[in-house]
Amino acid sequence: MSRDYPTEIAGPYEAPPRSFVDDAGREVELRRYGDGDFEAVVEMYTAFDPADRAQGIPPTSESDIREWLESLTDDGVGVLARHDGAVVGHAVLVPDRHGDFELAIFVLRAYQRAGIGTGLLGALLGAGREAGVERIWLTVERWNAPAIALYRKIGFEASDTDSFELEMAARLAD
Amino acid sequence: MDLLLGIGGSEDSFRALEETIERAVEAGDALTVAVVENPESETDVEEIRDRVEAALSAAPFDAEVRTLSGHPGSQLLELAEREGYDRIVLGGGETSPLGKVELGSIAEFVLLNAKTTVTLVR
Repeated sequence: MSRDYPTEIAGPYEAPPRSFVDDAGREVELRRYGDGDFEAVVEMYTAFDPADRAQGIPPTSESDIREWLESLTDDGVGVLARHDGAVVGHAVLVPDRHGDFELAIFVLRAYQRAGIGTGLLGALLGAGREAGVERIWLTVERWNAPAIALYRKIGFEASDTDSFELEMAARLAD
Repeated sequence: MDLLLGIGGSEDSFRALEETIERAVEAGDALTVAVVENPESETDVEEIRDRVEAALSAAPFDAEVRTLSGHPGSQLLELAEREGYDRIVLGGGETSPLGKVELGSIAEFVLLNAKTTVTLVR
């Protein structure tokens, strides 16, 4: 599969940790995912609204969530958004077999539309650059205009317009 | 039931073949396998045919194998309608490194254009 990455380098991004106040006035902390966070992330996905699933993820049962998260957290780069001690958003980069990285982001419904997605994505790309990630891609359902707008704003461009889902890509380094 | 399985060489299409053979044994379905040219697959038609024949040789029934040339989705639909198949069966997509389901272009075309009932194998 061929994919066109933008020639321009995306960014700059502010790497985590950092804190900000979201559009609803909530104090939100962004930081790198660490091994000790596993259970808190399971808790977030257990509370995740199934209507907000995309392309089959996250899984719905707790055992499937655990299995899926283990596959992501082994060699991926993850960033968490936390509020009041609970994880409310999770964004992750997972390597594909070409050494590029696939991106996904999930934010609990009560925390959507408050700027947390923008903060999480910027923090993830900052953390990814620090970890040596060069090329990132994602797929998004074509009807999901808010997500597509967010990805554009943060530096992604459409890379495959023929597929069922829209594919987008960003370059962090040459 | 008369099943028409489209196979273009992706791994999910071979998985669909295996499951369809199993189901055909249980349900007494008649199976036709149509090998199509999938632009997204690196496996060529001859190689796909060989793998299909090998899978079918282990099955306790005979199945016809055909090769369709040209646009895979429309050729499958045309064959299904012309010969009155009850159901088209296709692979239900590959998964990305993150676990996202990625529907293939043939499945997309067939789903959106078929008059025949379609099964996607997961």
